[in-house]
Amino acid sequence: MGQLVLKDVKKSYGSHEVIKGVDLDIEKGDFCVFVGPSGCGKSTLLRMISGLEPITGGTISIDDAVVNDVPAADRGLAMVFQSYALYPHMSVRQNLSFGLENIQTPKAEIAAKVDEVSKMLQIDPLLERKPKDLSGGQRQRVAIGRAVVREPTIFLFDEPLSNLDAELRVDMRAEIAGLHKRLGNTMVYVTHDQVEAMTMADKIAVLRAGVVEQFGAPLDIYNKPENLFVAGFIGSPKMNFLEGAVGTVSAAEFEFVPTSGPPFMLDHASFDIEAGMKVTLGFRPNHLAVVEADKADMTVSVRGTEQLGGESFVYSNTPDGAALTLHLSGQTSIEPGTEIGLSLDRALCHLFSTQTGVSLRS
Amino acid sequence: MLNVISIFMRFIEVPMKFLQDKLGLKTPAWLFLAPNLVLFALFAFLPVILNIVYSLTGTDQILLSDRTFVGGENFSVLARCDNYLDPNSCSEDLFWRAVHNTVIFVVLQVGLMVGFSLLTALVLNREIKARGFFRAVFFFPVLLSPVVVALIWKWILQREGVLNAWMEGVGLESFNWLLDASWAFGWTVFLSIWAHMGFYTLILLAGLQAIPRDVYEAAMMDRASPWRVFRRITLPLLMPTMLVVLVLALIKGVQTFDEVFAFTGGGPGSATTLIIQYIYETGFAATPRLFGLASAASVMLALILVVLTVVQLWINRRNVNG
Amino acid sequence: MARVLSFLTRTRGNGAGKLHWTDWLSYGYLLCGVLLMFVPVIWLGLSSFKTEADLQRFPPRLLPMAQETMVLPGYDEPLPLYTITDGEYAGEVLAQVRRIGIIAQMVRPDAPTERLKVNIKLREPVEKFRLATENYTELFEKFNFALYLWNSVFITATATAIMLLVNSMAAFALSKYQFRGSNVVLGMVIGVLMVPQTVVLVPLFLISKELYLIDSLWGVIIPGAATPTGVFLLRQYMLTIPDEILDAARMDKASEWKIFWRIILPLSAPAIAVLAILAIMWRWNDFLWPLIVLSDSDKFTLQLALNTFQGDLNTQWSNLLAMTMLVLLPIALVFVFLQKYIATGIASTGGK
Repeated sequence: MGQLVLKDVKKSYGSHEVIKGVDLDIEKGDFCVFVGPSGCGKSTLLRMISGLEPITGGTISIDDAVVNDVPAADRGLAMVFQSYALYPHMSVRQNLSFGLENIQTPKAEIAAKVDEVSKMLQIDPLLERKPKDLSGGQRQRVAIGRAVVREPTIFLFDEPLSNLDAELRVDMRAEIAGLHKRLGNTMVYVTHDQVEAMTMADKIAVLRAGVVEQFGAPLDIYNKPENLFVAGFIGSPKMNFLEGAVGTVSAAEFEFVPTSGPPFMLDHASFDIEAGMKVTLGFRPNHLAVVEADKADMTVSVRGTEQLGGESFVYSNTPDGAALTLHLSGQTSIEPGTEIGLSLDRALCHLFSTQTGVSLRS
Repeated sequence: MLNVISIFMRFIEVPMKFLQDKLGLKTPAWLFLAPNLVLFALFAFLPVILNIVYSLTGTDQILLSDRTFVGGENFSVLARCDNYLDPNSCSEDLFWRAVHNTVIFVVLQVGLMVGFSLLTALVLNREIKARGFFRAVFFFPVLLSPVVVALIWKWILQREGVLNAWMEGVGLESFNWLLDASWAFGWTVFLSIWAHMGFYTLILLAGLQAIPRDVYEAAMMDRASPWRVFRRITLPLLMPTMLVVLVLALIKGVQTFDEVFAFTGGGPGSATTLIIQYIYETGFAATPRLFGLASAASVMLALILVVLTVVQLWINRRNVNG
Repeated sequence: MARVLSFLTRTRGNGAGKLHWTDWLSYGYLLCGVLLMFVPVIWLGLSSFKTEADLQRFPPRLLPMAQETMVLPGYDEPLPLYTITDGEYAGEVLAQVRRIGIIAQMVRPDAPTERLKVNIKLREPVEKFRLATENYTELFEKFNFALYLWNSVFITATATAIMLLVNSMAAFALSKYQFRGSNVVLGMVIGVLMVPQTVVLVPLFLISKELYLIDSLWGVIIPGAATPTGVFLLRQYMLTIPDEILDAARMDKASEWKIFWRIILPLSAPAIAVLAILAIMWRWNDFLWPLIVLSDSDKFTLQLALNTFQGDLNTQWSNLLAMTMLVLLPIALVFVFLQKYIATGIASTGGK
């Protein structure tokens, strides 16, 4: 129970297409996160799965049954909304039982379920309160509780943590992950925060402009981004990009020629390349090391530094002005305004076609 | 009480849910709109059309099938006049007297009322004690029924009323106020200002309070005199609200009937007969009932009101946007 | 004492000690306002408790007074009491048995059999403050006041309930659904705003007649049941209710009607309360349309009855004033308790 399959799902408002043919296969029991910048259509996609938003094309099926024309209430899903959408005039207990009352559940059963769920989420002392008398975290729990009592096959979360402060967010993250372990249901979770995506998901779908850019396990996406967008979006701080061309190519290594500055050699991790190709080199800020000028792959001028105590960030520019971020553990003595030499971890580089943005990893 | 409502609502839910499911309406908006739209259609749109039909037909019959088409006859009867400034020279002299009265009434009433409302709002906007009490005192006549308002003042103004007693007390002659045409008209204007000014005061006060304090504080730092502050800051910033009040007062003023009818009955003679009273009397109180004439007068009044309402909506929109 | 004075004259604002002359002017103006606005109603109230005889008095007195009477053995009726101002019995209080010309036959209360003759110029009635409540009780005995009251209450209650239901349904549709034609419907509502009842009296009368609403309380209730003001007011408020709550309810398997009455209506309670107060006021005070629809006096509302009585020569001021007070009272009470609601409601709708 709980397999969700999207086939070429489309949505347009008039002539404006916001979801441009999405194919996804979410296994039962998976915790799947839709992540992407705001306006990428991830919330719309979630609402289309929920049935609140009609779909323009394609099919959505739950457990092999096409649910395109099944109303939201009958799809066996439950949703946790960004604003929680608790019924302000009802007590917590009434909020939890409203949905069960609507399907004519016997009173005793409702009471038992509400008790059980509220204990599980530790909101049992709050049952008689109104939403306005609850803190943000408590409201969040009630919203989740309202979804849990319905015993849905699939849970949908629409940016549920975005209204919480940072500390609470970390707690709730763990709690939702715990809930997933305990219930074992399929969960679809929408967020714009890639940290949430990385920490919670079994599978991540990275969306941009109504298209799924990559779908896979979090570390697969981190380690093998399929294109420039995914590479830049997943990981914090952002991946560094350097434009250039491919020089000489041998079986074990190849030469990278930046648009400015001297060329340097990188491992040929079975890239699909040939000499003279325009490429963009990507490398994460923590895969850089500060070295003597004569051993350096490149020289950059330091624009500024941020010292966090346990780690430091150095912001610099290459000679042609491209921004490079350097992530060092511990503290640093590098001063703004100086020039430093950098060498990069030649085994951990990503290479993308400048023209198409697609990864050249074959 | 809540239980009754709850049972009633649950009762309606059955057919509503049935319709929602069976008609396959994804958004049963029309189901919710239906009762309201039916009432609007029956009692607002249909009457507008019928009103025009009535104004173009004659005889004292109410049923349309019994009425004969007379074209613009009703309008030309109303309009036939040697000198529009002299109602006596018109074939339908009562109509023109009513028009005259209404014009003078509206000009006086609206002008004075907006003036006094503004003055009162300005005073109430000062740092005074017991503002809530004073505001309530000015406002409460708004809630009184027109008949009650009329009776309150009739009781004071009657021949042996308290006003005459006071006049004699200070050595003046007592006077039969409502039997003198000019005085009756004057008191009518007074009465309607008394009854309605609290409403406009309230709106103007809200407008005044919406002017941010820091604008005044900035003016104070600029050493502006109170008069200049009023002329250059309060008035311009209050202008949108003033316009709303003015148009609203005009719309209501033109339709004045209840309190005047209960106060003077339109008399003495026809000195205080206003346009709505003319329509009422021609169509419903007189024999024969001249529905055609009444409708023709209604159509003319409706045109004026439509223009005023359009102006009102335009002002509202401009206020919201600007 | 100086401190009391300074407290009384302290302005709320800048804490500057004394009242500016403009403050005095303001208070003066407001005081005049209170006099003009409030005193007429007080005067009406006081007058409504005066006996008909007292009302005929010119110049009138402030408080309701009535002559004292006393029941004496040997007399069936209570006898009026007088104070003797001069002559043989000066200073005594006597009861008058009867009056013949300028001579009154009077008795001492403690010796009711001995008749005394007194010139009527030498006596003055003994009066005391007394509320003539019979003015009010007579309304129920001699006039059909209870019937008119019932008519008014029935019309007000029913019309308000229907209006709230119908208007809130329409407002819900116009605020929470995107559907083709919603703008047209909104335009129509504005259109209705331009056609007040006063300008379509004749056709409205015909339609009501065809629907058998003439001379029926329903004829007053139904034609005004849908108001553009109500739709606008409620729609404006409902727009502020987040759509996510509706979505949550849909996920909770609530039908659209259930969403309407279990979610939207309770959440719109403040706006509905304002509209309810306005509707009650409109209907209670309604005059012109009932005047046209209702011709059978058994169907009259209080307003119609009051207006008819004031034109009736047989009606005494004492009853008329009492009736006016009773018509005024419910609104006055509503006002006292709900002043704030009414004020904001009226200011926000711009409607009366």
